[in-house]
Amino acid sequence: MTPSLEIKNLNASIGERAILKNFSLTIPRGEVHAIMGPNGTGKSTLAKILAGHPDYTVQSGEVFLDGEQILGLEPDVIARQGLFLAFQYPSEIPGVTIANFIRAALVARQAKGAPFDAKAYYAQLYAKMDELKMDRKFTSRFVNEGFSGGEKKRCEILQLAMLKPKYAVLDETDSGLDIDALRIVSEGVNRLRGPDTGFGVITHYQRLLEYIVPDRVHIMWDGRIVHSGGKELALELEAKGYDWVKQELATH
Amino acid sequence: MNTPTTTLGILDAPAQTRETQLFHSADWFAHLRQQGWQRFQTLPMPTREQEKWRFSDTRTLSLEGYAPAPAPSEADVAKLLQRSQLISHPAGLMVHIDGHCVLEPQLSPELAKQGVIFESLEKAVKHHPALLKQHLLQHPVNLGGDKFQALHQAWLRSGYFLYIPTGVHVAQPFVSVQWTLAENSAVFPHALVIADDRAQGQVLDFHFGAQLDSRALAISCCDVHTGQEAKLERLSVQGWGQQTQSFQVDNTCGGRGAKIVAINAALGARRARLENTVRLEGPEANVNLYGITVATDGQEYDQRTLQIHAAPHTKSDLLFKNALLGKSRTIFSGLIKVEPDAQRTDAYQTNRNLILSPEAEADSLPGLEIEANDVKCSHGATTGQVSPEELFYLQARGIPLKVAQELLTQGFLEEVLSKVSHPEACDLLRTLMQEKFHRS
Ligand SMILES: Nc1ncnc2c1ncn2[C@@H]1O[C@H](COP(=O)(O)OP(=O)(O)OP(=O)(O)O)[C@@H](O)[C@H]1O
Ligand SMILES: [Mg+2]
Repeated sequence: MTPSLEIKNLNASIGERAILKNFSLTIPRGEVHAIMGPNGTGKSTLAKILAGHPDYTVQSGEVFLDGEQILGLEPDVIARQGLFLAFQYPSEIPGVTIANFIRAALVARQAKGAPFDAKAYYAQLYAKMDELKMDRKFTSRFVNEGFSGGEKKRCEILQLAMLKPKYAVLDETDSGLDIDALRIVSEGVNRLRGPDTGFGVITHYQRLLEYIVPDRVHIMWDGRIVHSGGKELALELEAKGYDWVKQELATH
Repeated sequence: MNTPTTTLGILDAPAQTRETQLFHSADWFAHLRQQGWQRFQTLPMPTREQEKWRFSDTRTLSLEGYAPAPAPSEADVAKLLQRSQLISHPAGLMVHIDGHCVLEPQLSPELAKQGVIFESLEKAVKHHPALLKQHLLQHPVNLGGDKFQALHQAWLRSGYFLYIPTGVHVAQPFVSVQWTLAENSAVFPHALVIADDRAQGQVLDFHFGAQLDSRALAISCCDVHTGQEAKLERLSVQGWGQQTQSFQVDNTCGGRGAKIVAINAALGARRARLENTVRLEGPEANVNLYGITVATDGQEYDQRTLQIHAAPHTKSDLLFKNALLGKSRTIFSGLIKVEPDAQRTDAYQTNRNLILSPEAEADSLPGLEIEANDVKCSHGATTGQVSPEELFYLQARGIPLKVAQELLTQGFLEEVLSKVSHPEACDLLRTLMQEKFHRS
């Protein structure tokens, strides 16, 4: 059986409000799954629950990462087990440089007390930044502070490239990117594609999926997946809009 | 190390000890000390009912049981000299142990030729009586620490005198390291810094306990005078042992167009009180005052500041940042005073406290007293916790909670750390703070 990120019958709420309603989805390693859905349907909520955000209450359901239940684990433990979330709205961390931040994330993955190879680290960091066309000066800038929307998204992909997770959930990484940046970021993701990595790509736009061609496309509606198909589903959705999904739901 | 029983404690009249013989050649100096002793005896111990001691835990204040320690052994001197090599190429390095000067700075011939003076107070009293008489402890004590300052004056012996003559620019820092070594040692480090017109320089003051948990009493005073257009930066690092009581009274005067940056870092001691007065005397004087504190379990940091604008077109900007862990306390009380003549003044004051433990407590008492009408003044204080969203962001990258909190704390303090212009001193301070965080 291919290892996978498996979400089973997840029900979750914030406060009194139910957001995920019997949500199920399986992303096998080596595949890219796109998740599309109208504003407020719960895509970011899903992403944050997977990453272990403490604000949500999970009523029922399970999440398995390569067969191991991760629901309820601390966010840092989940991350070290191999799940990466590229945030829709990355936090600004005043006073902490990107170099120190990524370094701390890598050190956390080493055996306790193991020496850190700073030279190799910077070589790799600079190489990835060059690939993403990020100015090397960014290493000494504070994480996301004063970054433009597009710069923040690039910085998320830089972290993704440095941390090499087993699964990555990208939450609207394309929003706020200009056309060139969209291409650069997509290429960054495509370089990481391979049999060992699974992707969940949350997006509103078909255009991203021309660059990052998905294996599967899922449509999310009111807290669950209501429609799944191949990459052509995104085109169909683009052409028909969400009313079409709504009508389909009503007739079924 | 035990103090011999023959040594008198600090509550015995210092006039009876060998102390006066040290300076027998300088009558005025003996007189100054005597005045200090008399003043000390008439002043009461402070209580928290006094406005200037509000929030401060005065019940645990005690001057009992401390004595000036005898000179350190050769082995101890060698060890601590080694540990005093903190900065690679200082303009001069001075080291004191328990108030005994164990290293007099060697200035380069160029600096000496330009008239730069950097020597121990012990020597300066004899070599430069006129300058010292004029400047030594001539400031009024404004912020409540009169009794401690008086005791400092009574026991005045160790410290340094730095003089940078008119127009002389010194690129490398002047470094002074003061250690306490003996148990129950009482030290009274003094610093007198004079930067004459258009002089430029940097001073790094380190106060350390030889052991992490050294028990001592330290009452230090630093007076800084700057002439016209002088530029001076001073970093003072309070790193006394964790059982030490520390009192520090700093006075800084800015002359016309002078630019001063003063940074107080607080890491050590069980309780530490800092009284920092800045007086902008000349038009267009500009002073930046920074404070940076990591308070851990059982520590109390009591910070009192006063920014006095006595001339027009002056600017002062204060930023004190405190990070509190465990059962620790900080008190920040700051006053901006703008005198009637000080029109077109800019004065700012900010205190930010980051609370990392439910048992920590930060009090903030900002104040303004403005007698001129054309001024820009603001003051503000915030006390808060680490942002949960920032914490989650770090954790979502695999960084464990404690490390994430430490990173965010460092980030919080970085704003002040970055003001330390000397890279090595900045790194050292960063390391000291990290070590302290890890011990907590
Ligand atoms: N902390 C919160 N408090 C209250 N409501 C919340 C909170 N977080 C999310 N919600 C609500 O949950 C619903 C789902 O939000 P979520 O951010 O998951 O949507 P989304 O699908 O990512 O939308 P978008 O496409 O706009 O990013 C929304 O109605 C939102 O207002
Ligand atoms: Mg969203």
